[in-house]
Order: sequence, then C-alpha cells, then structure tokens
Amino acid sequence: MNRITKKFTELKSQSRSGFIPFIVAGDPNLETTKELVLLLAESGASVIELGVPFSDPVADGVTIQAAAERALLNPISVKDILRMVAEVRAEECETPIIVFSYFNPILQFGLERFAVEAVKSGVDGILVTDLVPEEAEEFRTILTAKSMSLIMLAAPTSSDERLKKICEKASGFVYAVSRAGVTGARNETSGDAKTLVERLRKFTDLPIAVGFGISTAAQITETCKYADGAVVGSAIVAEIGRLGDSAHLVKGVREFVRKLLPEEFSADDLH
Amino acid sequence: MNYQPNERGYWGEFGGRFVPETLMSPLEELTSAYFAVRDDAEFQTEFLQLLRDFSGRPTPLFYAKRWSESLGGARIYLKREDLGHTGSHKINNAVGQILLARRMGKKRIIAETGAGQHGVATATVCALFGLECVVYMGTEDMRRQELNVFRMRLMGAEVRGVDSGSRTLKDAINEALRDWVTNVDSTYYLLGSALGPHPYPLMVRDFQSVIGKESREQFLEKNGELPTALVACVGGGSNSIGLFHPFLNDESVRMIGVEAGGKGNNLGEHAARFNKAGGGKIGVLQGTKSYLLQNDDGQIALTHSISAGLDYASVGPEHAFLQSIGRVEYAMAMDDEALKAFQILSQTEGIIPALESSHAIAHLLKLAPEMSPSQTIICNLSGRGDKDVNQVQEMLNNESQINKTGKTMADSGIKMA
Repeated sequence: MNRITKKFTELKSQSRSGFIPFIVAGDPNLETTKELVLLLAESGASVIELGVPFSDPVADGVTIQAAAERALLNPISVKDILRMVAEVRAEECETPIIVFSYFNPILQFGLERFAVEAVKSGVDGILVTDLVPEEAEEFRTILTAKSMSLIMLAAPTSSDERLKKICEKASGFVYAVSRAGVTGARNETSGDAKTLVERLRKFTDLPIAVGFGISTAAQITETCKYADGAVVGSAIVAEIGRLGDSAHLVKGVREFVRKLLPEEFSADDLH
Repeated sequence: MNYQPNERGYWGEFGGRFVPETLMSPLEELTSAYFAVRDDAEFQTEFLQLLRDFSGRPTPLFYAKRWSESLGGARIYLKREDLGHTGSHKINNAVGQILLARRMGKKRIIAETGAGQHGVATATVCALFGLECVVYMGTEDMRRQELNVFRMRLMGAEVRGVDSGSRTLKDAINEALRDWVTNVDSTYYLLGSALGPHPYPLMVRDFQSVIGKESREQFLEKNGELPTALVACVGGGSNSIGLFHPFLNDESVRMIGVEAGGKGNNLGEHAARFNKAGGGKIGVLQGTKSYLLQNDDGQIALTHSISAGLDYASVGPEHAFLQSIGRVEYAMAMDDEALKAFQILSQTEGIIPALESSHAIAHLLKLAPEMSPSQTIICNLSGRGDKDVNQVQEMLNNESQINKTGKTMADSGIKMA
C-alpha cells in the first residue's frame, strides 16, 4: 500500500478528512522548499502537493503565476525537485508527497524516467493539470507499473460520462475542482463542489479531495464535511510570497498554517 | 491522403487536447457544434455570402510582373488577402467562428491577438452582430501595434493588456484561456490561429481554406495549369495552412512555409520552431502537441521577431505533421531580410505588405531567381502593412537607412538579395 492510500485509510478509520497544502517548488529556492515541506508535514498535512513551476501556467491565477515566476528566476528542473524530495525522505518524513505539474516539463524529462526517478526519490503520485483522461493512458500505464498514483482532476463542468472516465484512470485520490476557473483564494465556497463530490461518489471508492479557492479555516471545515480532503494552495503560496526570501519565512508560514487550520486538524496530528 | 485529423484531433503524433478538465466539456460542445455546421449547406452559404458582401471576397490573385521580372526568375502571383476587409486574412476565420458562436447562443466573445489583426477582425464581427468583445493582447504588442489597439476600441471591444512573460501572443493566449475557464458558460473563445486544442486547428484551417480554394481556381483559370510552388509566412500558421491545404493532394506543387528567423539562432532571438539548431523540440503548449521553442527543462522560451504576428513559441499541429512527412518545407527569413522585403515590394509593386507577410516576400527574393520564368509561385500576401509603417519608420530612422530616392534603394535591395 503506498503512502497516499495508507494515509486516507488511516483518516477514514478516524472518521476524519485530510489537510492538503500546495506549495511551488523552488519558491523562493529549493532549500527553503525542503524546510517548508518538513514544516507542513509536522503541522498536520495529510498529503503535500509540490508544484513544478512552469512558464505558462494557464490553469493558475495570479498568486501561483507569481510564485512560478519567482521559482524560475533560478534554473530548476524536475531532477532537482526529485532530489529535494529524496532529502526530505532522508529526514524520516513519511507524509505522502505528490508532484503537481503541467505536462510539458514531465514530457521533456521523460515519462518512463519520471516514474523510475520519482519512486526512487520517495514521491507517491503525480497530478498533471493539463492531462485529461483521453491523453493519459500511456503515462498511466507507466506509472501503474511503478505503483505510482495518478491523481486526476474532475471539474463541475465534467459530464457524468467524463467523470466515469476520470475515475477509471485515477489512483490515489480524485481531485475535485471546486468551481470553473483558475486557482486562487475566494471568500465564498462554491456549492458546485459538494454536488461534484456527490456525483463522483457514484463512480469511485477512491478518496476525493476538493481544491481551488479554499483559503480559510471555515472553508476547510465546511469542505471536510463532504470531502475526504481540502487542498489549500494560493493562500499559503501568497504568504510565502509576502514573506519572501527572509529569515522569518519558515517561522512565518508555520504560524500562518497554525492559524489557518481548524483545531480538529492541528491538535492531534503533530507527529 | 485526406489530411484530416483523427477523432481526437491528431495529425500523426501532433495535436490532441491538453487542457484543464474544466475546458473539456466546452471543447466537446464546440466540436459537435462545429461538425454539425461543417457540412451544412445553409451554414456554408451564409459563411460565403458574408465573406463576399461584408469582407469583399474573392480577393484578387495578382501577377506581380515588375517585381518578378526584376528578380529574373519565376513568375510571382500575390494572393491579395491584404485587400479583404480589416486588412488581413484573419477576417475569414473570424466570420466563420462568429456565425458558429451565434448558433451556439453565446453572447460574450473573447480573443487573443498578436499583431492585432485577429483582434481587429474579432472586434469587427462582434460589432457587426452586436456581441460583447474582450481582446487579450500582450503589452509589448500593444506598444508596437498601437493603431490596431485603437481600431479595436473604436469598434467597441475591450482590449486587456497582458503583462506576463514576454508580453506577446503566447501570454495573450494564456490569459484568454484563463478567462474562458472562468466563464465557460457564457463565453465563446474565438481563437485566431490554427493552434490550441482540438477542434481549433481543424476549424481555423477549414475557414481559412477559402484562400487556397480561390487561389487554385483563379490560377487555373489564368494559366490552365497548377503553380510550381506556394509560399506563405508561418506564425501560428493559419494563413499558410489556408493557402496550402487545398493543394496538398496536388503532388507537383511544392510548398514552403517561412518562419521568423529573428536576429539570430540562439533561443530567445527568433521564432523558428522547426529550426532544430535554434532549440525547436516536440512538446505540449496551450492545448496541443507540436514543435516548441523550449529549454531542456521544458520551460517555454521567450521568442523574438520583428513582426508581432510571427512572434510565437509554438506552431499549429498540422504544420508539425506536414513537416514530419516532408510534404511542406519550412524556411526562415531574418528580421533585416523582412524589413528589406517590406520596402522592395512597396517600391516595385506599390503594395505595402504586413511585416508578417514580408517574411514570405523575403524568401521569394532568394527562391524566385533560382527558378525559371516558365515556373510560377503563389505567395500569400496575408495582410497589409499600414499597421507597421510607424514601427518601420522608427527602425529605418534609427538605422539611418532612409533613402530619399526610393527607386535606387529598391534596386540596390534586389541586387543585395
């Protein structure tokens, strides 16, 4: 059983849902990213999403676009990111880590090579923003052979027929996009998310996480009433951007996450 | 060969749909709406009538006699897309897609633009049908194509400047995609080139094929035979695929697409995707698999061209396929060659070409003299150069190249070529 499945099984047995933070690798540099991953793991993250910065992030709003730009100020490759994950694993951190990427950086790295190297480094799965089920078969076969999860996106605009296809290709968990749009913090939670999760349950027994627009404790609590995990991206990424490459960054993010997380998360998951 | 993509939008290994899941249902809806009108006689009649009555088609096929004779080789015919309404071939696709958008009941139209020609064409058809229009344009392109920005605004479009990346066409497409993914229900994305996810490359090519169909008929009527070669510039690739496509099964006809060689061979200095020495490799960008200018990590490279319309890191997937099977050859023209061609055509034929089209003209300066007067070339004059005169004047002033006796300059230009 890989780390993702193990974690969701454990959460389920406790009748709890997971907190899934997203950060951009290399923002502001990879060394700091490593510290942030370790900190997020200690702060109650169930799964950590590690974004591969891309020059043309069409699915992202301004916050994550800016983070990618900051990360790309220095050359950064998929190889560097995987090496950093290996260093995290060397610190005996067992929190599931998934790579979150656009397709082109992975395609240039090599699909087969990615699967081999990602397993070696201790990555548990990958989500490719612009790889829909129709285009995913080759990569899925390669990943499955290495027991690497392929997390698929589902959207409120997806038809039932598409949701079925998505669930057939997915492993690890399914990522339900809360609303049509790009990533970024929103004050209100869309009603579409709950409907989408209910629709997805008809097609899969996999855990379902909800993301896009979740930025407050109240939203996390609300989301976790019906979903198996809540993804928080832009809110944390914005905080990283605000603190910049300063000595206070890691401490500041720790404080931010502590305030962000509803009590039921942070209290008993600090190990 | 029928040169049609498969049901997933692939020509060989190129094309497909690489988009966020949210866009898949709208793309499926667009595809079925498009296939419903593709062979619908009523739609096609409406399309051709509007091109005739509103846009002034058919555009002439003009024998550039003085220029051909001065080059001393092949006889060159110019397909005068510059004479269509709004001054470029972009209107063909805009007319086709706006009719489709109306059938789909969409009230809000978005578009991207590089040189501004597609933005102007979209603003035009939106004004014609009273639809809301938002055009995304890189701020660098807004600077070099100020006149087109004004034309769009004059016709009631909202032009939104895009300040990310190289602030050119690629960044404008990113922003248009972000708008579309956010407003999928109300909005029709009127994409301007033979790019992006299926069905856009097919649909744009179909609407632009009117160029090649007319050219073929007009040429046969004038000469009783097919041309020896076709030449067109390639940015995203819509004017060239529009000219080439109806000739693809005419095996004797040689076809050459001309990319922007910019100012050098290093990544960032040009927009020649098929130039492998310049960093062109297969990859995925903005919904399609094709040749891309990128670094080893798969990050998309900045590009450069004197012409905003060719300044793009990828190329339409059908071009990538035609290149891979060797049916179409791809060449480059450098910035300074295009600038020279811009002046030469102005002075020998009284036609000021767009800087994009000037790349095709520049290639003819080399190609035509290698051929004999019994041979013929159709060159797509995809747009007129009015939009570029300020920029060109500035560049020529800077380089102190302005020559008061225009005729002498043209003649020396030809000799230099």
